[in-house]
Amino acid sequence: MNSVLVVIVLLALTVVAYQLGLARSRKLERASVKSLVSGAADRLHSRPSYHGWLAVLRAAVPALFVYIAWSIFGDQIIGSLVLAQIPADQLPSDPLQQKVLLQKLNNLATGFGIVGDALPFEQEAAAYMAKVSAQGNAVAFAVMAASAALGLFWSWKNTGYQTRARNEVERAIQIGLIICSAVAIFTTVGIVLSMLGEAIEFFKVVNPADFFFGTVWNPAFATSGAGSTDGFGMLPLLAGTLLISAIAMAVAIPIGLMSAIFMAEYASAATRAWAKPVIEILAGIPTIVYGFFALVTVGPFLVDLGNVLGIDIRATSALTAGLVMGIMIIPFISSLSDDIITQVPRAMRDGSLALGATKSETTVKVVLPAALPGIVGAILLAVSRAIGETMIVVLAAGNSPVLTANPFEAVSTVTVSIVNQLTGDQDFSSAQSLVAFALGLTLFVMTLVLNVVALVVVRRYREQYE
Amino acid sequence: MNNPSAAATSSSTFKGYRAIEQKVKGSLNGRKRAESRFVIFGIGAVAVAVSLVFILFASVISKGLPAFWQTQIELDIYFSPEVVQVEPPPVESNFESPAEYINARQKWVNSLGFVNFNALMVDAVAKHIPEAADSPRSAIALITSGERFALRDYVAEDPSIIGKTVRLSLLTDANVDVWLKGNIDRSLPDEQQQLSATTRQWADQLYEKGVIKNKFSTALFMNPDSRSSLAAAGLAGAFMGSLFMMIIVILLAVPIGVASAIYLEEFAPKNKWTDLIEVNINNLAAVPSIVFGLLGAAVFILWFKLPLSAPVVGGLVLTLMTLPTVIIATRSTLKAIPPSIREGAMAVGASKVQAITDHVLPLALPGILTATIIGVAQALGETAPLLLIGMSAFVASIPSTPFDQATALPVQIYLWQGNELRNFFEGRTSAAIMVLLGLLLTLNSIAVVLRKKLETRW
Repeated sequence: MNSVLVVIVLLALTVVAYQLGLARSRKLERASVKSLVSGAADRLHSRPSYHGWLAVLRAAVPALFVYIAWSIFGDQIIGSLVLAQIPADQLPSDPLQQKVLLQKLNNLATGFGIVGDALPFEQEAAAYMAKVSAQGNAVAFAVMAASAALGLFWSWKNTGYQTRARNEVERAIQIGLIICSAVAIFTTVGIVLSMLGEAIEFFKVVNPADFFFGTVWNPAFATSGAGSTDGFGMLPLLAGTLLISAIAMAVAIPIGLMSAIFMAEYASAATRAWAKPVIEILAGIPTIVYGFFALVTVGPFLVDLGNVLGIDIRATSALTAGLVMGIMIIPFISSLSDDIITQVPRAMRDGSLALGATKSETTVKVVLPAALPGIVGAILLAVSRAIGETMIVVLAAGNSPVLTANPFEAVSTVTVSIVNQLTGDQDFSSAQSLVAFALGLTLFVMTLVLNVVALVVVRRYREQYE
Repeated sequence: MNNPSAAATSSSTFKGYRAIEQKVKGSLNGRKRAESRFVIFGIGAVAVAVSLVFILFASVISKGLPAFWQTQIELDIYFSPEVVQVEPPPVESNFESPAEYINARQKWVNSLGFVNFNALMVDAVAKHIPEAADSPRSAIALITSGERFALRDYVAEDPSIIGKTVRLSLLTDANVDVWLKGNIDRSLPDEQQQLSATTRQWADQLYEKGVIKNKFSTALFMNPDSRSSLAAAGLAGAFMGSLFMMIIVILLAVPIGVASAIYLEEFAPKNKWTDLIEVNINNLAAVPSIVFGLLGAAVFILWFKLPLSAPVVGGLVLTLMTLPTVIIATRSTLKAIPPSIREGAMAVGASKVQAITDHVLPLALPGILTATIIGVAQALGETAPLLLIGMSAFVASIPSTPFDQATALPVQIYLWQGNELRNFFEGRTSAAIMVLLGLLLTLNSIAVVLRKKLETRW
């Protein structure tokens, strides 16, 4: 069925149903006004527009469901009918070949696309396919029309003074709202299930202990045979991730926290007004831009610096990626900490100042301890961000999965390896691809723990001063 | 206070006070210094952060701005009938069905592809440099290879130009651009140069004569990506891919996000379940984006068998990723609307749904718009999840539907930064970044303006 046509028909149906419900209830309303005058009291429960919407719900929604069901399952039904029709000796046994054949038949039947030369049995099957799909479409359309007509008739019959049209419509709205908020739940469930499923497939081939505690990351690609299950140790990746995150935090925490303190405690309103948005620009810059910046500006700069200092620094190294990631995280820490510091009650500062403490002493000895849980939460969130960051490390970390603590060396991270394993060849069934999901699951669990702890800490802190 | 013992204690306390005063006074200088040190640290931190912003922008702009101008060669191309030997184009009225006409026309355009357009360009170059006719290889190296298709399209569009001379501005080869702009060390020996010595010499001559000029080029905006004709590689395909994805994000993430924010903020009972949903949404907002890419690869591509590299899959993945952002921003807007609005509506007989649809939502509209823009800006800059659903494939055409193969702007940046012709693509990539940052800045300023203009203070 042509989907544009169906949408138009459904819209038209909506309009018709709405108008019918509206007209019907208006008539009742007029009658009730008359009857009010004459003394008998029969008042319309809901406003006419609700009757209109109720009619729409009853007529268009079932038809829509029929259409969705048909567009999901229709092709499969037609396909299996057509395949059953094809003589057994011509039917390819491989499901993939069957799919190709069906596509070809579909092209033949609809007259679109490339067909090439068709065999006689194919032409026969295509004719049958055209017939079946026409019939199927007709049946689906008939069911849609019937359900719509039934819905219309039902609401026409049932529109009375006592019809709780508003309550029904509002219930439908609430159900819709609940379905929408379930999407977020389904996303989490989807993440966990899909990654768990693929990761279990992976762990069937590779021993989990080898994966979690192995010190060699060198997943050879499928050319070396399906039996290669060596080189799946994630420790070098984890070490690289933690090293880069540590460097990033070493950059971001002092700068972010100090600027938050300055903004919250010292800066004049005018300074705040321009400096805060400027720093927050850093938060809006896409990570690929940071990656490029690291690659073409920071990396070469560090190499030059290393030459001056006599240290051998590689252009793409843990240091490069960590420094730039730190820049990315500065606004994250500064704006979260700023919020938290300004939430510390004024009275605590005043008390300290009244005892003769200087502003910096008040800040360090009174405000910061009070704000500490919140700041720790902010830092944990920032760490989770650093661990999951991808593009900066893909471009600037050097992609060399070795176990090293030297920040001047190239390293690799969990996220880089996910990207490497899943781009390029897209054969999802090999251990070389499935390992990406095991890595992703590890990453998800790590960030989940950090996030939940951070969220609970921050929330406790907020409640404390509210 | 008059008894002697009290006086004695007070005098000793007085002595104690004196000692404390001494101590405080003595430490005062040090404390003042500590204070000013602290302030300097604060100012330093802010200054470092702000200057990092400027360094970042300066580095991108200084590299990217020159790339908007490309060297172009202005040639009088003579469409010589001896070279362009083609049959007259098919006429639509001679065919029975439009399909047959389209077929015939395609065949005709294909036959045009066999014409040696390079010869036309070499002849035109030879008008300025006579030696060029003898070594056409060096001459054609001046012009980027895609321009012969541009000439073909000229003829296909208007066959009557055969036999005429047309002045055209053609893009030079990427290596010529690099050479003339001085982005390569000119003193390098021949074997390290991309261009032959002759071509380099001619490029310099033509540049001095003014035949090759450095002009603003629309190729970056109008063309799709290209691997054969690097100088003509553009962002149009990636832009359309991003546009499709953003449309999908707006159509899906905003209604779903606003609806679930309304449910959680206005209807949901306060219990363990809604607590769980809330923690879940906050956690989703902080889940690494690459995890959403894995979700997309596993669910949309492996289970639902949706096509690889299609904006529709990218749009769905980005929708799931931006949903928590939209929900959280909308919820805080709804929270800020005082309960008196709802109570007032309900007091005059509105139902809860009516109070929300007719009173709360109109007031929340500016906030919802801001939330939408923030979400779209986040989705527009995202790269990592798109790499996992195959959007890093090279696509040389502009997608016309969300189901076609496409890339996105940030992915295009990722692809270009890895190009081997670094001297040319460093500028090109920076220019693409400027386009992306420009779009993001525009979106964010719209959000700021909307918030300032429509904000209500309660």
